[in-house]
Amino acid sequence: MMVPLEDFLAAAVRTATPLAFAALGECVTERSGVINIGLEGSIICGALAATIVAGGVGVTGGFAAGAAAGLIVTLIFALFTVYLRADQIITGTAITLLSLGFTGLVYKAFYGATGVGLTIPTIGAVDIPLLSNIPLLGRALFSQPVVTYALYAIVPIMTWWFWRTHTGLALRAVGESPDAALAAGVRPRLVQLLAVLFGGAFAGIAGATLVLAQSGTFVENMSAGKGFIAIAIVVLGRWTPLGVTGAALLFGGASALQYLFQSLGWSNVPYQLFLALPYVLTLVVLARASGRSAAPAALARRKLTLG
Amino acid sequence: MNRALAPVLAAIARVAVLLAVTLGLLVVLLVTSGYDAGEAMQAMVRGAAGSWYAVTSATLVRAIPLALAGLAVAIAFRAGLLNIGAEGQLLAGAAGAAAVATLAGKTPGAYMLPLVLLAGVVAGGAWAGIASWLRQRFGVLEVISTIMLNFVALNAVGWLVRGPLQEPTRIYPQTEALVPSLQLPVLLSGSRLHLGVVLAVVLAFVMWWWMRATAGGFRLRAVGMNADAAAVSGRINVARVSLFAFLASGALAGLAGAVELTGVTYALYESLSPGYGYTAIAVALLARLHPLGVLGTAVLFGALQAGGNAMQRDAGVPIALVNVVEAVLILLVIAADRLQDVRTRRSITRTDDAAPSLPGNAVSVPS
Repeated sequence: MMVPLEDFLAAAVRTATPLAFAALGECVTERSGVINIGLEGSIICGALAATIVAGGVGVTGGFAAGAAAGLIVTLIFALFTVYLRADQIITGTAITLLSLGFTGLVYKAFYGATGVGLTIPTIGAVDIPLLSNIPLLGRALFSQPVVTYALYAIVPIMTWWFWRTHTGLALRAVGESPDAALAAGVRPRLVQLLAVLFGGAFAGIAGATLVLAQSGTFVENMSAGKGFIAIAIVVLGRWTPLGVTGAALLFGGASALQYLFQSLGWSNVPYQLFLALPYVLTLVVLARASGRSAAPAALARRKLTLG
Repeated sequence: MNRALAPVLAAIARVAVLLAVTLGLLVVLLVTSGYDAGEAMQAMVRGAAGSWYAVTSATLVRAIPLALAGLAVAIAFRAGLLNIGAEGQLLAGAAGAAAVATLAGKTPGAYMLPLVLLAGVVAGGAWAGIASWLRQRFGVLEVISTIMLNFVALNAVGWLVRGPLQEPTRIYPQTEALVPSLQLPVLLSGSRLHLGVVLAVVLAFVMWWWMRATAGGFRLRAVGMNADAAAVSGRINVARVSLFAFLASGALAGLAGAVELTGVTYALYESLSPGYGYTAIAVALLARLHPLGVLGTAVLFGALQAGGNAMQRDAGVPIALVNVVEAVLILLVIAADRLQDVRTRRSITRTDDAAPSLPGNAVSVPS
């Protein structure tokens, strides 16, 4: 019993890592008053860029390429939403469709129709001495790839940044009241642009993580709605870095349940049930969390300021 | 005389621009991704319009689900509801239709085919109803809920065709093929064009008339343009209009699934739809949410899909290229709308960005 549970927790943290990256990035974006539904597009482009680059240059280059690709995709989104003030949701949907098609095209151009023989270097788990031996939680928290450990630093830094720095205040001000921010000397469009690009880069890293720390290969449409799940995670995490990370863990757990049930031998439960579980959980979570919302007041607003 | 012709000429001009831009995009993408553009475009044109068979059995057959799902997206967007879930509702409709067809047994009466289609309508509507309920009861953003429901529907179909609805030999993950009396009749002998095309055209005209000539249609447009204004007018029950729009949207998408099942595939399986529900968003937006326009853009995208398949088969160009073209077309429409919007407003008031923040105004909607 012990071993399956330990495996389950380790799988939960592993699955949660890309979700946490995407959701933390989206958290920053939404704090500036922009909701980026095109996150899914940044994830899939990040995954493909990481695949292509990691094969030649290695995994570090792969992660950098993933971040860059995610950033470039959101640059299009930012141009439409921050500068043309087009509808964020329709633009985001179009960006997602564009990215899914584009990655399919490039993938086939690079690897042929089948993609057979595609092997990508991946980063393995790094055991942290002593800590990884803690019963039950040791392997889950301290025997993971380096990207997971990066989160341990990013979450406190981001919390500090949001609440204890001038730029963090400027970010939140733009999301709550762009007019007030403008009056205080902040440039709302610039803040939104940077926040959107930050979210795109993080989504790109999430995509790179999917490939370089998990599957070791690229599959068309492999993002499988994770961008949308990340948006639900931000709502559940109530727009705070720590809350978002906790929510990502919950979703990681839901996805990892299938491994737990496999190891317990519950094979008579249809596996589609487990595949559908994270999506159903998203709906339940949004239903519970959406009502008493802590959303930035100016979220998804098209009219920015008079300026 | 001239005045009567003006909208027709405008429509023709719009179609010409659309076609030119689409073909231009295709060529640019083909050249930049290193394919032989001449060979690929030849395959494209041959597959989409090269013969009578290509037009009726490839292009138009694909245009049918696109038109029905496009109408589904259009009615929801017109009401300010961003229903991205046409794909899931289409699958739910196909699954509902397949379930009733399975129950009908080996020798169903003539009345069963309408019932099978009706089951698709009800299942699609019910699937959209979940998103509507989540929005009205809990305030869940319908963009996210409908996308999540797409994934749930896909997994549910995956389970159905390996479980309760699997064909009797239990080898293939699909339902048993429909008996001929449950198949939609073919309209032109020697082609695959089925009765669904009549359904799509009739429904487009009905929706067009309903939107512009009835009180219900007016209420729906009013809610879509400004839900707050519609609510304070005191005569419009916004929640009820939204629920109706969502159910109608799901019903149309569900019908698309049922028609695809009874007209083309004759069996339910997971890859029944090559993303018709997502392409339908492009179909609706490009038609500027106009029901009759949807018929036109559905044929355009049907041709793109048919030609894309031929391009993949004969010239080795991945069909994903067609999806890229579709997405770029959506972005171009958004950009054109916004640029026009900003320019008009500047010339009138010199104030920037007075755009209302409701999604219903995301694309400029003709009234």
